[in-house]
Order: sequence, then structure tokens, then C-alpha cells
Amino acid sequence: MPFLTAGYPDLETTAALLKDFEARGVRIVELGIPFSDPIADGPTIQTSYTDALSSGVTSEKIFDMVRSYRKSSNPQSAIRNPQLALVAMVSYSIVFKHGVESYLAEAAGAGFDGIIIPDLPLEEAADLEPLASSAGLANVMLIAPTTPPERRLEIARHSRGFIYYISIAGITGERVRLPEQSIRTVAELRTHTDTPVCIGFGVSNAETVAHVCEVADGAIVGSAIIHRITDAKDAPRDELVGKVGEFIGELLSPLK
Amino acid sequence: MSENEKSGYFGPYGGQFVPETLMSALAQLQREYRAAMADETFIAEFDRCLREIAGRPSEMYFARRLTEQLGGAKIYLKREDMNHTGAHKINNTLGQALLTLRMGKKRVIAETGAGQHGVATATAAAVFGLDCEVYMGTEDIRRQALNVFRMELLGARVIPVTTGQRTLKDACNEAMRDWMGSVEHTHYILGSVVGPAPFPEMVREFQCCIGRESREQMLKIESRLPDTIVACIGGGSNAAGIFVPMIDDETVEMIGVEAGGRSMGLGDHAASLVAGQPGVLHGARSYVLQDADGQTAQVHSVSAGLDYPGVGPEHAYWKDTGRVRYTTCSDDDALDAVVALSRAEGIIPALESAHAVAEAMKIAPKMKPEQILLINLSGRGDKDCNEIADILERRKK
Repeated sequence: MPFLTAGYPDLETTAALLKDFEARGVRIVELGIPFSDPIADGPTIQTSYTDALSSGVTSEKIFDMVRSYRKSSNPQSAIRNPQLALVAMVSYSIVFKHGVESYLAEAAGAGFDGIIIPDLPLEEAADLEPLASSAGLANVMLIAPTTPPERRLEIARHSRGFIYYISIAGITGERVRLPEQSIRTVAELRTHTDTPVCIGFGVSNAETVAHVCEVADGAIVGSAIIHRITDAKDAPRDELVGKVGEFIGELLSPLK
Repeated sequence: MSENEKSGYFGPYGGQFVPETLMSALAQLQREYRAAMADETFIAEFDRCLREIAGRPSEMYFARRLTEQLGGAKIYLKREDMNHTGAHKINNTLGQALLTLRMGKKRVIAETGAGQHGVATATAAAVFGLDCEVYMGTEDIRRQALNVFRMELLGARVIPVTTGQRTLKDACNEAMRDWMGSVEHTHYILGSVVGPAPFPEMVREFQCCIGRESREQMLKIESRLPDTIVACIGGGSNAAGIFVPMIDDETVEMIGVEAGGRSMGLGDHAASLVAGQPGVLHGARSYVLQDADGQTAQVHSVSAGLDYPGVGPEHAYWKDTGRVRYTTCSDDDALDAVVALSRAEGIIPALESAHAVAEAMKIAPKMKPEQILLINLSGRGDKDCNEIADILERRKK
């Protein structure tokens, strides 16, 4: 599952990347809504957020982009039946400011299928859950390596769509290897839930993807993709999309 | 209020809006904090630290010449500037350092703006033999070079923060990021009544010695409580500390003074309560300075310690209930107050505290001579002297 910063380096490129990923058989993309103070993110994603914000990206513009992407990828069908599921990763600071109910409704209306609010833990999520489900959005919840066992099960029960397992106690960023303890925890967790489990944070290449997918239903790759976008930022759009698409192809290869 | 505190809320404000990775650390902190506050040995040890290390109780000082000059209410100063390390911040860091020991953690981290909290954390860390790293924005490192040196002398490492506006908010982000990866062996000594529960309540409790002493000293000197208390507000810890022990005394009027900066246009000040709206920042719902999309706004204040786009959730609650009145003081008025207090009383206040002094100078002449106005003089101005000299020099031109 690739992660993209929406609007980095610009919204047209994000849409072009989505199209490329969809054609390659990617089933879910996590779209990061840029935020000024992303405390769970490392320097790679943080810098991409700052860059997108300075070019004027807002939630509203991202929703417009997603809406027109959904239309263009499915021009004949009146019923939305996309190949690609889109999950928004957004800070509660932004959701709260817009108004929880209206933000969820707008996200769903634009064509998002799910939402991940990394700073909305179990205790604070109770009010949002019914609003998300009535808007038709899956509220994806996160489990960390520091989460105690009983709490893991409680979060698993509440998470919709899939469960986001954070592999490392720390921030996002590329890592050479992932803790074996996390792999074991996910294997154990899967015996208790039917909800798919995806692993993110630190997953950075085809080997880690393959390793993670021995126990998990999916691997989330963020910083490694953003870093390739940053490297190709000044190249023409087609070239950037080609390079990043190629990397996605590599990541997918062990799964085929 | 006890019911609210259980869940970490003050009315609709507060909460724990943080990544799941930090939730178990917050739960542990909550448990240890509750157990410590119910443990007489801990309280006695904390009191001893306040006495022997911080040098408490701090004086209640009648500002005779300032009172005469203004020709209104009797003005008293609660001399937090006389504490060891020069501000109220040491009260909180001693409390949290004791909790760190209790939790068996060996390392502390902190964010700092003016550097006072950083120095106070470095001091507590040195006292108890803890490793200490302090995050500080490069803009503040420039403004507060002396405090950077003090922290290093005390054995702490100062980590420059180059993200965002390179001030207090950004230092806070970096400290939280550090904590995400070090939570097993590190305690984050947050410096104000902000952040996720239990920080707002805990920091306020560790600062309540200010208000408890003030209450007692006032009753002893004047046989009654003050009519008005004025305190400056960045995150709001010195204000909460002096307000809370008298919050149920309805005759005591309370005023919180935020940084009015250059102007009241967004980006030119740091007045979250006066000019902001309810929002979520650094783990709590409170008043926040944000744009329409929910991005944190730029802030400005001449005072590095007030230069923050949020405020403690309990202050948000007091604003809504009307218990505390919140107002602002401009950069210029704060500087004038530094000069005025220095000359009238021989006390150079911190730029932060000068915001409270300026408001007091505004209202004292309108009060009656038998009324009492208490200013929380939260810190001393030695750290600001270079910055003040630069600005006064520029003003001349």
C-alpha cells in the first residue's frame, strides 16, 4: 500500500501517480493530507507536507482532485466501483477545525473510502466512529508496539477496513530492518481478528515488503516513495511518475 | 472538577490527541502521578526540593515606589524571579524529575522557548543525575544565547530545531518525535500546562505552590486576599499556579495577559485565548491560532516564552466560564514595563512577566488605594538583556 503526500509536488502529479498505481494493480493508496505539525512523521514526510502547504494545498483542493480523479477513472459508470481504495491520513487538528461531521462527509463525497487519524486514539475516537460509518468511511485505527495486549484487541475490534500496525516505536522513515517482535505480534493478532492487518513505518523496499507480508495482509510504504518523488521533483511529470511507478512495480513484485 | 480531571478534561477542553505509540506512556505517567500525589513520602520530598533547591517560599514584595507612581491600588509582586534558575519553571521540573525517578527512567527531554524551562530541566537533571536533552528552535537559540550556555554548563545537550518558525511550537514537535521513539526509557518534561492529559493538570499541581504561598502571605501581611491577580500567559503555567489556590475565592478577580505582539493581525501576535478559536494542538483541545484549513498559524512575540500558538486547556475552560479575564499586551508596552519596573523597584523582569506588569500598570491607577493588586512576577530579565538592548537601540534610531 503506497503512501503519497497529497499535492506533493503538486496535485496534478498526485492524480497522475494514482492513475499509474491503479494500472499496476495497487489496491489501496494512503493519501496524506499535509499538516503543519505532523508529530508522528519523520523528516522525509514532514518536508513534503511543508512543501505542499507552501504551494497552497488545502483539504478542499485535495477533495476536488480526488473527485475529478474518481470521475476520470470511471467515466461510464454511474455507480462508483473503483479498483483503487483511497484512505486519507489526516490529523485530528484539521478534521476538528473543519467540523468532524462535515469533514467526513466531504471526504466520503469526494471519493475516499477510509480515513486514518493518527492522533485520535481509541478513547477519543468514540464520538467519531458512528459519524464515520454513517458517512460511509472506514475509520482505520492504529496499534503500536507499545500498545498492551488487551488494548490491541480492543483497537482491533473498533478498527474498520483494516488495522494499521505501527512496526516501530518512533516516527515514520526508512529503516533497514524491522523488529522481529512486531512481526510476531502481528502474527498473534491475526489469530484474534478477521480484519486485515497492514504494517507501516520503516517499510522501505521489496525485501521488507516481502518479509512483512509473510504475516500481514499488506505493507505500507511512505517515506521511501516520498524520497523518490523528492529526487525526481524537478524532472518533467511523466518522468517522475515513470520513476516512482517503477519503484512501486519493484515493491509489488514479491507479492505476485 | 474532580470528575473532569479523571478523564483529563476541563469542560470540553483537554484530552489526549496523540499517536497510539504514546498512549501507554501517558497511562503510566497518569498512574505514577496519581500514586505519587497520594504518597506522603513523595510530597515531603517534593517540598524539600522546593525549599532546598528552588529556594522557596518566594517573597511577597510590596512594590512601594511603583504603587506611589501609579497612585492607585497597592501593588504586590510574587517574586518567582527570585527562585533558583530565575523563574517559576523550576517548581515543575523538580516535580517531574522526581516522577522520572519513580518511573525508573534514566533520561529526560524537554522543549524550551525562552530557555528558562530548558535551564530548569537541565538543573533538575543535574541534581538527580539524569541524562538531559533539550529541544530549542534556532530562532530562540539566537535570542537566548545565555540560556543555551547555561544548559550546556549544566550538562544538558541542546538540540537545535530548524523546522517551521524555529521557535517553541517546533521545539515541542521535535520533543514529541523524540519521545515517540524513546518512550520506554525517557520521560518528557513538558514545561507548561499544555499537551495531552495528565500534563495540564500535573504541571498546574506542581506550580500551585505559587498560589498557596501567595494566599498565605497575603492573609498574613494584609489579613485578606488580593482584589486582582495578574499573570502572563504563554502556555499558562505560572498563571494556573497562582490562580488555582484562589480560584474558588470569588472576590478575587483574575487576569491573564497574552502576547499582543506587533498587532492583532493573525501572525503578528500569540494571543490564542483572545484571538484564537477552539482547536487541537499538541495533544489537547483548547484555544488555538489556526488558519481556516486547520494549519497552525504563525505567531510572534518579543518574548520567546510566550511565542506559542496554543494555550493550556484549563485556561480555555476559564475563558468560557468567565472566571478569568484574558487580555493582551503589545511588544512595545511590555518593553516599557521592563524599563518602568527596573527603575521603580530595582527589579528587571523577564519580557514574559513584563506583559503582566504592563497590564497592572494600566489598571492600578483605576483602582482604589485600599485595593490590592498582585502581579505574578514569573521570572527575571537577565536572560533578555541582550535582546532588550538591541530593541531599545533600534527604537532610538
